[in-house]
Amino acid sequence: MTPQRLARGQELVARYPQAQSALIPFLQYCQEQDGYVTAQAVEDAAELMGITPGEVESIASFYTLLFKEPVGKHVIQVCRTLSCMLRGADDLRDYIKRRLGIGHLESSADGQFYYEEVECLAACDRAPCLQHNLEFHYDLTPAAFDALLEQWRENVPQPAMPAE
Amino acid sequence: MAQPEPVLMKGIGELDLADMDVYLRTGGFEGLRKAIVEMTPEAVAEVVSASNLRGRGGAGFPTGRKWSFLPKDGRQRYLVCNCDEAEPGTFKDRMLLERTPLQIIEGLIISAYAIGVKQAYVYIRGEFLEGSRIFRRALAAARDRNFVGANILGSDYSLDVVIHRGAGAYICGEETAQLESLEGKRGEPRLKPPFPAIAGLYGLPTVVNNVETLGYVKHIIERGAAWFAAIGPAKSPGPKIMSVSGNVRKPGNYEVPLGIPARELIDLAGGLLPGRRLKAFQPGGASSAALFEEDLDVGIDFDSLAAKRTMLGSGGFVVMDDTACMVRCAKTLTRFFEHESCGQCTPCREGGQWVARMVSRLEAGEGSDEDLRVLGVINNTITGTNLCPLGDSIMPFLSSVMRRFPDEFKAHVTQHACPLKQSMAGVA
Repeated sequence: MTPQRLARGQELVARYPQAQSALIPFLQYCQEQDGYVTAQAVEDAAELMGITPGEVESIASFYTLLFKEPVGKHVIQVCRTLSCMLRGADDLRDYIKRRLGIGHLESSADGQFYYEEVECLAACDRAPCLQHNLEFHYDLTPAAFDALLEQWRENVPQPAMPAE
Repeated sequence: MAQPEPVLMKGIGELDLADMDVYLRTGGFEGLRKAIVEMTPEAVAEVVSASNLRGRGGAGFPTGRKWSFLPKDGRQRYLVCNCDEAEPGTFKDRMLLERTPLQIIEGLIISAYAIGVKQAYVYIRGEFLEGSRIFRRALAAARDRNFVGANILGSDYSLDVVIHRGAGAYICGEETAQLESLEGKRGEPRLKPPFPAIAGLYGLPTVVNNVETLGYVKHIIERGAAWFAAIGPAKSPGPKIMSVSGNVRKPGNYEVPLGIPARELIDLAGGLLPGRRLKAFQPGGASSAALFEEDLDVGIDFDSLAAKRTMLGSGGFVVMDDTACMVRCAKTLTRFFEHESCGQCTPCREGGQWVARMVSRLEAGEGSDEDLRVLGVINNTITGTNLCPLGDSIMPFLSSVMRRFPDEFKAHVTQHACPLKQSMAGVA
C-alpha cells in the first residue's frame, strides 16, 4: 500500500467504531484515483479492514457504483425507469447509444466513454435525465445531448467517480 | 388553485437555505434552541408522539412509537438518517438535501437529543454526490456554530454526526440493509425480529429515520403537536411532500396536507397535457399498485390508500395518460425490481427475473397466453414470501394494471405488437 493510501485509509477507519465501516468509502477513494477498483485496492482494503480479499470482492460486487474493471473516462448513466420513460427516455437512450457507438455497460474503444442504463436517479421532475461522472443533466433531448457531448469531448474530464 | 402553505419547502426556490446566515434569518435552529434549552429529552419525544407523525420514508410507522422501542438499559445507541432515496418516482429527499440541508440537520439534532443519541450517521445515496457535498458543507457550518459537537448551545448534550455515502443499491433504503451497508457489508436485509431498536448498528439499539421525517420534527417542536395533528386525517396527519412526475404539465415536489384528493394533487401539478386523458397513477412509487380514473377522489394519506389496496409509500406519485402503454410501464418496473433484488430470497430473486422476462416478452410482441396465465397467478408465490418488502413490491403494479386493462395485455399477444405504438409520447 502506498503511504498516501494508507494514511487516507486510516483516516477513514477512524471515523467509525468498527474498521469495516470504512470499506466502501475507502474503495470510493481508490476508485477516484485508479478509475476502478483494482486488484491492488482490494488487497489494500482487506489489509486495512482485517478481512479477506475475497470478502472485499464479494462486498464490492454488490454495489453498482464500484467498477470492477476499467471503464471510459466519461461515465454516462442514463435513467431507464418509469418517469423518464413516460417522457421519451426509451427513444433518447437509443439515440445516445447510436451517437456513442456503444451499448449498455460498454466502453468505447478509445477509452473515452462508458455507457450504462441505470434505475431512477430521483430527478423525475426534469425527465429524461442522466448523470455524467455523477453530475446531473436534466430535460434531455437529442440536441441537448449533442451539446453536452461536444462539451465533454473538449474538456479533460475530472475523475469519473469522485469519492467525496 | 392556490398552493397550500409550505412547511419544509418554505423558501426553497427563493432563498439559499444552505447558507447558514440565510437559514438563521428565517428562524433556523429556533426549534433546536427550544428543545435543548427549554425541554427535557423525554418531553421532546412526548411531543413527537402526540403529533402522530408517521415516517415519511415509506412504511409510515409512527415515529414516536419507533423511538419508544429503544431499551432503557444504558447501552450506546445510534440514530441513522436515511437519505438513500431511490424509490422510482420519488425525488423529495434529494431536494431537501440539496436545497435545505440545515433544516434536516436541525431536525436530526433535535431527534438525537430526544432519544439520547450521541453518535448519528447520515446515509446518503451514492448517486447524490452533489447533495452530499452540500450537506457536508452545511454540517461543517453547523459545527462552527456549536449546533453539532460538544456541549451544544452550552448544554451538557453532545452529538457527533458522520456522513456516509452509499455506492449504488436501491435495497440499502431498507433500514436493516442500510445498517449492513453502514457496517461495510453487502446491503442484504436482516431477518426481523430483532428490530433495529433492539439490535441495530454494530448490534446496538438504533433508530433509522427518513430525511423528511426528521425535518418535520423541527417544526413539531417549534409549533407544537396540536398544530401538526390538526392537519389532515387524525390517524395520518401532517403535511407531506409528494413528488409528482410522468404525464403532467408541471412535474415537481408539492407539499400538501395529507388527505388531499388525488384529483387536486394532479391539478396542482398543472393537470394533464392538452387533449390527454388519465389512464393510471401510482400514488407511492414503483412499489405501489396503480389507481385509475374512478379513484381520483381517494385521499392521499396512509390509511385511505391502504383501504384501496395500494399505499402512500414515500410519496412518488407517477401519472400515466392515455398514450402510455401499460405493458411497457410494467416492463420498466418489473425490470427495476429484477435489477434491485439483493438475491437472498428465492421468490424475489428467481420470481423477479421470471416475471421481468415474461413482461419483456409480452411488450416485444413475443408473449403467449401462457405468459398471461402465469402472470395472473404468480403473485401467490412471490408476495409475502420474502425477508423484506422488495419482493412484495414486484407484483402490485403489474397485477393492478393487468386487472384493469386485460385487453391491452391480450392485444400484445394477439397482434404481436403494442397496439399503442408509444414513441416519445410523453414529450410535450
